[in-house]
Amino acid sequence: MIPASFEYRRPSTVDEAVQALVGGDAKVLAGGQSLLPLLRLRLAFPDLLVDVGRVESMRGVRDDGEHLVIGAVTTHHGVVTDPLIAQHCPLLAQATSTVADPAVRHRGTFGGALSHADPAGDLPAVALALDAEFEIAGPTGRRTVAASEFFVDYLQTAVGAGEVLVSVRVPKLGAGWASHYEKFHRVAQAWAIVGVAAIVRRDGDSIAEARIGLTNMGSTPLRASATESALAGAALHDGGVTAATDRASEGTDPPSDLGGAADYRRHLVKVLTRRAVLAAAGS
Amino acid sequence: MTTTETHVIGQPRKRKEDARLITGQARWTDNITLPGMLHFALVRSPMAHAKISSVDVSAALQRPGVLAAFSGADLAADLGSLPCAWPVTPDMVHPDHHPLATDEVRYVGDAVAVVVARDRYAVADAIEAVEVDYEPLPAVVNMEEALKDEVLVHSQAGTNKCFVWPFDGGDYDAVKATADIVFKRRYVQQRLIPTAMEPRAVVVEPLAAAEEFTVYSTTQIPHILRVMLALTVGIPEQKLRVIAPDVGGGFGSKLNVYAEEVIALVLAKRLGRPVKWTESRSEGYQATIHGRDQIQDIEIAATKDGKLLGLSVDLKADMGAYLQLVTPGVPVLGAFMYNAIYKMDAYRFRCTGVFTTKTPTDAYRGAGRPEATYAIERAMSDLAHEIGKDPMQLRRENWITHEEFPFTTIAGLTYDSGDYEAATARSMELFGYDDLRREQAERRDRNDPVQLGIGISTFTEMCGLAPSRVLGSLSYGAGGWEAASIRMLPTGKVEVVTGTAPHGQGHVTSWSQIAADALGVPFEDVEVMHSDTRVAPMGMDTYGSRSLVVGGVAVHLAAQKVIEKAKKVAAHLLEAAESDIEFAAGTFSVKGSPDAKKTIQEISLATFAAHNFPDGVEPSLNSDAVLDPENFSFPHGTHLCAALVDTETGHTKIRSYVAVDDVGNVINPMIVEGQVHGGLAQGIAQALYEEAVYDDDGNLVTGTLVDYLVPAASDLPEFTTDRTVTPATSNPLGVKGVGEAGTIASTPAVVNAVVDALRPFGIDDIRMPCTPERVWRAIQDRSSGGDRSAEGTVAYGGTQTATTAGRDTEAGGGAQ
Ligand SMILES: Cc1cc2nc3c(=O)[nH]c(=O)nc-3n(C[C@H](O)[C@H](O)[C@H](O)COP(=O)(O)OP(=O)(O)OC[C@H]3O[C@@H](n4cnc5c(N)ncnc54)[C@H](O)[C@@H]3O)c2cc1C
Repeated sequence: MIPASFEYRRPSTVDEAVQALVGGDAKVLAGGQSLLPLLRLRLAFPDLLVDVGRVESMRGVRDDGEHLVIGAVTTHHGVVTDPLIAQHCPLLAQATSTVADPAVRHRGTFGGALSHADPAGDLPAVALALDAEFEIAGPTGRRTVAASEFFVDYLQTAVGAGEVLVSVRVPKLGAGWASHYEKFHRVAQAWAIVGVAAIVRRDGDSIAEARIGLTNMGSTPLRASATESALAGAALHDGGVTAATDRASEGTDPPSDLGGAADYRRHLVKVLTRRAVLAAAGS
Repeated sequence: MTTTETHVIGQPRKRKEDARLITGQARWTDNITLPGMLHFALVRSPMAHAKISSVDVSAALQRPGVLAAFSGADLAADLGSLPCAWPVTPDMVHPDHHPLATDEVRYVGDAVAVVVARDRYAVADAIEAVEVDYEPLPAVVNMEEALKDEVLVHSQAGTNKCFVWPFDGGDYDAVKATADIVFKRRYVQQRLIPTAMEPRAVVVEPLAAAEEFTVYSTTQIPHILRVMLALTVGIPEQKLRVIAPDVGGGFGSKLNVYAEEVIALVLAKRLGRPVKWTESRSEGYQATIHGRDQIQDIEIAATKDGKLLGLSVDLKADMGAYLQLVTPGVPVLGAFMYNAIYKMDAYRFRCTGVFTTKTPTDAYRGAGRPEATYAIERAMSDLAHEIGKDPMQLRRENWITHEEFPFTTIAGLTYDSGDYEAATARSMELFGYDDLRREQAERRDRNDPVQLGIGISTFTEMCGLAPSRVLGSLSYGAGGWEAASIRMLPTGKVEVVTGTAPHGQGHVTSWSQIAADALGVPFEDVEVMHSDTRVAPMGMDTYGSRSLVVGGVAVHLAAQKVIEKAKKVAAHLLEAAESDIEFAAGTFSVKGSPDAKKTIQEISLATFAAHNFPDGVEPSLNSDAVLDPENFSFPHGTHLCAALVDTETGHTKIRSYVAVDDVGNVINPMIVEGQVHGGLAQGIAQALYEEAVYDDDGNLVTGTLVDYLVPAASDLPEFTTDRTVTPATSNPLGVKGVGEAGTIASTPAVVNAVVDALRPFGIDDIRMPCTPERVWRAIQDRSSGGDRSAEGTVAYGGTQTATTAGRDTEAGGGAQ
């Protein structure tokens, strides 16, 4: 399939990228793994593509004290194999390793996946559970947006027209915290029907604190707030966790599609949240 | 079989084809670029059913690079109607099938106009400028709805019923009256999309003032295509040359005469320039044939302890909107397979072909036999459950025992050979049947959320599509013979010309092994040529697991003729009587004087020179053979599947899979293994993953590979394969076909395993594919899982679907 024709620019700095985006119907191109199919199916036809793939300052992972800073054009493969991420935020590596297949992971980028904000994508829910912060550059300078403000609606984020997502800050998970991403899909390279990112702090035989992000349970990634509150102090065994995770579908509005109807997803999210929490808690 | 000391047959020789294919030196149709070549693209209907009020191509003609654009009406006289070569009944409804629709569109993807431009970019832009006005008509996507004849797909036909094809063996009603048990089941074959790796493409090159044409096509049937194009377009057959270059898979989807092939020929003729068309994947999903889509109502009459008395099958088969090359023949071919390996006194089969506003169906790997095998193998397991018998025991008590071959079945076929006991014993041993049954009982006892199921499929199939007489009696338009020629070159090297048209099966390698053994020459000295009607003028092509049993055996027979001719020459040169000449391992020697000998290479050179040649003998060893076998071949096997079903999520995981196949003698075990693996993958795909889903308006919701779930290697279990060998008696090599066996066998094995795991929940059926959601739903309400939600697609943010309706996405509008 052949996209409608477009102009192409490849800046090498963030400033050049922002300048290139001024005016016209421009789109940022990163790994192209979501954008190119849309172009080829002629579901999108921008006049200009600004390829940020060679903006070196937007690539790689940096240690910033309490946080890691992940450049937006770091590929999925880069995230999966990064030693800092492995040490301080293994959840990100684990979730990213479930994205698509090796070919897609070598091209697709962390920032691209978050900017695309497909609620069926694995990384938005993970970023939300991590309380990540997003650094965005635009014509008027740079700003930082919290994850809770970043995902606005279906395929819509706080990144406005003419802006570029530069990097994402994620907190290092300290001692006592553990995590797990539970993805439910039919074949290895398919999107999640439902996914659950669980980050928990364990206190003996109970959960002290938990943060739960949900994939594909609404038009944006969601936090399972009711479950999070109920998990605080919940016993790992004797049904404590189950009682809390049975509330995982509260406040969700899952889609009905070929992957499953909404009622099935509401059921699934409870089972998967229980599994994710127990796996994270190591039991 | 000739005994030689070479014996390349039976060795796992590496495929001669592969070095080229894996180093990017293949020649796909889409790689062909000819001087002055133009590209065309088709405007396709976005509606399942509509009247075409107008087609305006004038704006497209203004677009840069565009040379021509035509509506269906513009080209109607040239394009004619696409052929269906299998009119199964004399009164079959056979509507016109215009390559470009003229007055009405009948499925999403039906072509309405064509644009021709200098390059494929220009043409991709220009088709958007063609304006078509449609007057929508109601869609009808479900066969039972269609049979009410409220919405007519072809109004002039007055009915959506294409045909009713009856078949009877014995008196089913009489047998049923004596039965203790009459057991009924409905099984549904979902619609499948063949998904060959290489999309379809066609290039037509006009020659000599457009009087002659070379057609390059991604086809499994270059020979049949040539005949059909000649008849359809009216170009004399001798002026048409059809070449199937490297073809990357077909599975039946390239066993056809397609609109685009006819359009390409007509455009090349009109414009006097080469033209090319290549489909995109999502275009192919709409406009290349689909497979299966049948509803099977099965009734078994049996005694109370499970002896089969009779079988009745009421089949509804979805034709789609039009009849393609063998559309009606596919379900009919299945008629002979429902009785499978079992003995019974009566059999009744009724098949109703039904038109709907969907993509036409046609042959898909197995074509008729997977459907039949699925129904009977599901039914045997379900019946066993009903009467409280082990499903293997029930089969054993009903199958044809090995002493009973040759055996004429209630469907009238004569199975030449087989040993179901041996294949079953071997597979049970490899599988660990008793241990798995024990584990199943334990999981049931402790209410484990993950239940274990065991599925059985003791399948057989008819393949080697051949006997021309039989095909004739089924009203098929062509024969079933196959041709081979052997050319002995002066240097003793060998050229084999075959009428088969390999597109991934490895004929070049296997035919080399056959010729090398028969002629006693090195495997490396044999070259195999195929798939060009000028090089291989006679052929019936490749489908229905026919190539080895018909075409491969023909190579063997042609080689025997070469030996007979060479014997005369050897006798002359060795000054001996022809009757005293012996041939073994490539050497002709004189009985009793082993030193007097000539190699086949020496004979070849002597024949080339022809200086010293026997009187009255033509100086040529070259030989042709055309084989029309007396019978089909009947591979069989026992496949066992152990599946783990997570009852909380509905997810199925295959834990182990054992396939013991009996395909008779084996030419190349590595190729056979490859065919079995690929076949299993496709059969498992039907059981668990693939389904073409249409919404009520007739839109194909699974329109891309994101939504039509083709499993990859990582989604499939490790296969344990083995073979038993019961040679076919109907051909001199003792071979049977293997191209479809894995697909035919595996689907029921897997679904039987899923259902077996869920028996404690009172479940006796899960609709295919057994998606997690269906399994979960079945557990909730003891159903078979119901329809899938066609409300939205997963692809690319669910664009164009209800899920995203009203949401602001970057999807700025449809391209169609
Ligand atoms: C076969 C296949 C399977 C997949 N399966 C999964 C899966 O299972 N799970 C999953 O999570 N994802 C999956 N994906 C999507 C994959 O993760 C993509 O890599 C990702 O969604 C997009 O990243 P990209 O770098 O390719 O972005 P692109 O396709 O280049 O861009 C995507 C969108 O984001 C915008 N954008 C990109 N970068 C920036 C930036 N720095 N600033 C502002 N805007 C930007 C673009 O303008 C565009 O709108 C799959 C993709 C494919 C092709």
